[in-house]
Amino acid sequence: MPRIVVDVMPKPEILDPQGKAIVGALPRLGFTAFSQVRQGKRFELTVDGEVTEEILAQAREAAEKLLSNPVIEDVVNVEVVAD
Amino acid sequence: MSAAEQSTQQKKFNMDTVANAAVTPDTELPWAELGLKQNEFDEVVKVLGRRPTAAELAMYSVMWSEHCSYKSSKNHLRQFGDKVSEEMKKDMLVGIGENAGVTNLGDGWAVTFKIESHNSPTMIEPYQGAATGIGGIVRDIISMGARPVAVMDPLRFGAIDHPDTARVIHGAVAGIGGYGNSLGLPNIGGEMVFDSVYQGNPLVNALAVGVMRHEDIRLANASGKGNKVVLFGARTGGDGIGGASILSSESFDDTKPSKRPAVQVGDPFAEKVLIECCLELFKGSLVEGIQDLGAAGISCATSELASNGDGGMEVELTSVLLRDPTLTPGEILMSESQERMMAVVSPENIEAFEATMDKWAVEYSWLGEVTDTGRLIIKWDGEVIVDVDPRTVAHDGPLYDRPYARPEWQDALQADTFKSSEAGANLPSTGAELKAALVELMASPNMCDKSWITNQYDRYVGGNTALASPDDAGVIRVDEKTGMGVALATDANGRYTFLDPYHGAQLALAEAYRNVATSGAVPMAVSDCLNFGSPEDSDVMWQLAEAIRGLSDACLVLGVPVTGGNVSLYNQTGSTPIHPTPVVAMLGKFDDVDRRTPSGWRADADGQALYLLGTTFDELDGSEFANIRGHLGGLPPKVDLAAEKTLGAILINASRDGMIDSAHDLSEGGLGAALGEMALRFGVGARVALDDLCERDGVDAFTALFSESQARAVVAVPRSEEVRFNDMATARQFPVVRLGVVDAASNSLEVQGQFDLDLNELREAHEATLPKYFG
Amino acid sequence: MSATELPLIGDYSTPAAALSGARIGVVTFPGTLDDRDAARAIRMAGAEAVSLWHGDADLSNVDAVVIPGGFSYGDYLRAGAIARFAPMMSKIVDAANSDAKLPVLGICNGFQILTESHLLPGSMIKNDHLKFLCRDQVLRVENNTTAWSNQYAQGEEITIVLKNQDGQYVADEKTLDALEAEGRVAFSYVGWNPNGSRRNIAGITNAAGNVVGLMPHPEHAVEAGFGPDHTGTDGLGFFTSVLTHLVGGQK
Repeated sequence: MPRIVVDVMPKPEILDPQGKAIVGALPRLGFTAFSQVRQGKRFELTVDGEVTEEILAQAREAAEKLLSNPVIEDVVNVEVVAD
Repeated sequence: MSAAEQSTQQKKFNMDTVANAAVTPDTELPWAELGLKQNEFDEVVKVLGRRPTAAELAMYSVMWSEHCSYKSSKNHLRQFGDKVSEEMKKDMLVGIGENAGVTNLGDGWAVTFKIESHNSPTMIEPYQGAATGIGGIVRDIISMGARPVAVMDPLRFGAIDHPDTARVIHGAVAGIGGYGNSLGLPNIGGEMVFDSVYQGNPLVNALAVGVMRHEDIRLANASGKGNKVVLFGARTGGDGIGGASILSSESFDDTKPSKRPAVQVGDPFAEKVLIECCLELFKGSLVEGIQDLGAAGISCATSELASNGDGGMEVELTSVLLRDPTLTPGEILMSESQERMMAVVSPENIEAFEATMDKWAVEYSWLGEVTDTGRLIIKWDGEVIVDVDPRTVAHDGPLYDRPYARPEWQDALQADTFKSSEAGANLPSTGAELKAALVELMASPNMCDKSWITNQYDRYVGGNTALASPDDAGVIRVDEKTGMGVALATDANGRYTFLDPYHGAQLALAEAYRNVATSGAVPMAVSDCLNFGSPEDSDVMWQLAEAIRGLSDACLVLGVPVTGGNVSLYNQTGSTPIHPTPVVAMLGKFDDVDRRTPSGWRADADGQALYLLGTTFDELDGSEFANIRGHLGGLPPKVDLAAEKTLGAILINASRDGMIDSAHDLSEGGLGAALGEMALRFGVGARVALDDLCERDGVDAFTALFSESQARAVVAVPRSEEVRFNDMATARQFPVVRLGVVDAASNSLEVQGQFDLDLNELREAHEATLPKYFG
Repeated sequence: MSATELPLIGDYSTPAAALSGARIGVVTFPGTLDDRDAARAIRMAGAEAVSLWHGDADLSNVDAVVIPGGFSYGDYLRAGAIARFAPMMSKIVDAANSDAKLPVLGICNGFQILTESHLLPGSMIKNDHLKFLCRDQVLRVENNTTAWSNQYAQGEEITIVLKNQDGQYVADEKTLDALEAEGRVAFSYVGWNPNGSRRNIAGITNAAGNVVGLMPHPEHAVEAGFGPDHTGTDGLGFFTSVLTHLVGGQK
């Protein structure tokens, strides 16, 4: 069944404490190439049947209204993934 | 055909029915892989009169595991039921054997509490292991009909500086907090011990306490033919399948293929909703019997409900709501998915039951009903896959009289006393040395400030917390009208118990008793969590047998019954067992929690007299001081239960009559640690002298400060109460010596003629340790 | 509630008429934890606590509303994100924005719900140290003219309980500047910022002063023996403030 993937990231100007913790841990494990980590969220919305434009629009609206908080987060991607 | 239907069809095709089992007696079954021994499998065949079906095998293997059946310890545990006086039974409303014991508090109130281990799951996945430990013990409390009101967690980790310890402690503490905080249960105390014996096998024990009215007490039994059986809460998934049998019956031997099961993942939000939903069910008297799902999941719930009831039970397994539709019937029966409950509901209450589920948005499914056949029948899509006498699953498991013998090394260990050892040479004697030793002790891993842990727990929620860590006991108000409440303390000393299991277990009980009495409460009941190594090791088995014998003897003397608990065996790394660690939880009662005694003096106690109750002997073996010198040998401090009882009575009466303002029991770290902790509690100094004490008891200043002699406590007495207090101690012929006074102006702990220790210096050392290692 | 019943969450209304005659609602969501504490605080202040269920859409004629702390819906999406869409919240938002200006106090998770509902600006993210933290916390009253702070002196320092995981208050610089310029920072952390909140903000108010949200918990500091340090009762002023506001206001 097809899924709509929604990716939500903290806004660039908001400190992401989890990302900060991860970036601190990386060099301790020998991964020194990464200067920044930001941790976001990925949602998978499963659709029974075909993904129409209307359903995709609903997903975009849900992403803005419920899945993210525009004060601290951006919806960076809404796309259909077929299995 | 939907995927779920297809899956059902597929499973039916491969189904091992009872009828099939009867005609295929020679089918090979993986009983050994499921943890059964040959004799145990033979017993299953004998009980059934045929080979078990795959689903029956799953049930027997998990229910006959060490974890569920107590097969190695049951013979010894009987002593807790046998050594009980009439006086001890007086307030026991529900005893050992139910989900948790219930004790009468008076005025129609009852309290239920229990402590349990979640050691192996925590080693594998610290966060979820510890979190689901809280979840499981809280469901035990709910299933008695009680509202859970607090949790506690005794923790034991490996060496503080071992790299893996940070992983385990971060995960376990966050897991306990993440789950308990989300349930709205204050965490009011516990323990924290670091010792390399727990490196490969940390101990995470969890205690929960709940309160109820007498009429709300619920038991796990299925009675009344035609009553319906319902499963509600979270859906069933592949969590911890076989966890109960495999985790607890096999040691983690690196040479064998790993059989570690999937870790259970907790959902505290689902559990919080389940608590409220169950309490609403109880309030409306909508359930006849109830059982939480923990180890062994549906296997345990159906067989215990059915065998405790008066008839049988018949359920349809395809009615179970699944998170993972590919689970086999055996897996469904063994699944340890969290946040589930099973209840028995009479037909006239079905509608009201469903309305309550809908209100709280809790999923449920009706599985079947109570019958009068005496059999537990489980069907898959109409075909019988389990047909057993439920007692044989739940109660008539194998029993082992495991061989045990005093270890050959025990004599040598006991002969190796601290003062005769190299570590015990050059003991501190000058004032400067004693001061440095006290600071070092107070900064040591086991004695340092624990707020790095306790600040990650909500201790305020509910508005009834009258005392919490670092006070001697956690205190919770039960009745807001009268102030009636309960106190709880948990204690164990693995080093003492290693040196002498019989007396070590008694010392754990004595300390828990003393802690509760020090807070001002009357000790009433015990729950214990016996953490030991492999019972197949005769040394360990001896430790277990001795500890149970010691504990049960001492309970009889102190008049406090054991109302429940848990045994956790196979706690070892390779062939090295942990120190035997019997954790004792003591429950006490307050008529009014307003009378509680905090463990330190405030500035307004300036000038109050400090007294030491009890006698100080030269007892450094197994002490924290010896521990920081790296020594473990000799004999633990002497047990004197009569003295503990008298001390307890003095502390309780003095608190009730307003004779003392603060009190702290003496235990690990001795008088030095007690005075340090009391001064740091509210940051108020004191002036004391040891001369009278040393002269009376014939000890030097070092011994006076660091000996761990039992049945002792320091109390702060207002000047106006000194005569009355002394008279009471004298009347009871209990030794008491005046040490000095609270000195609000000084900001230091002054031991006259020895040293003057600045409280800022002491606090800095005391508080720096955990943040230094764990951030 | 009869004398022999346990106080069940969602059912703790006092039958007897309270001293002031004021009725203050306490909203319970699935996962709410501090509703009984909030109800007790309201009763101790002298008002009647009225249980409001998230799924209902009737404010039951309450004179003010407290949205208590907890982990509504497990905080699984974002703290307060799902609770915001409850029928009861729509009623509360309308009443708070109406001419009657219903007083609303959001505590901890309640504060998070108020920001998600856009009754208050900004949002809360995970504490900068990433741990849950429970401690006795000193706050300064920065605005004593709100419905929920008028019984305090301007600049008064009070000690109440702080306990949260996602307590770091954030907003863009413009919003923060405006909050400070308009006196809408109601409470700030003193001595130590426990979670990395911008400009030490512990609590804020809307422009009208009827809607206040803060992370720390005044309802855990209302009864001697059970609050900060077992002695503190500094939080009671929140609840007496709203009674004073109601008496001096439209009543």
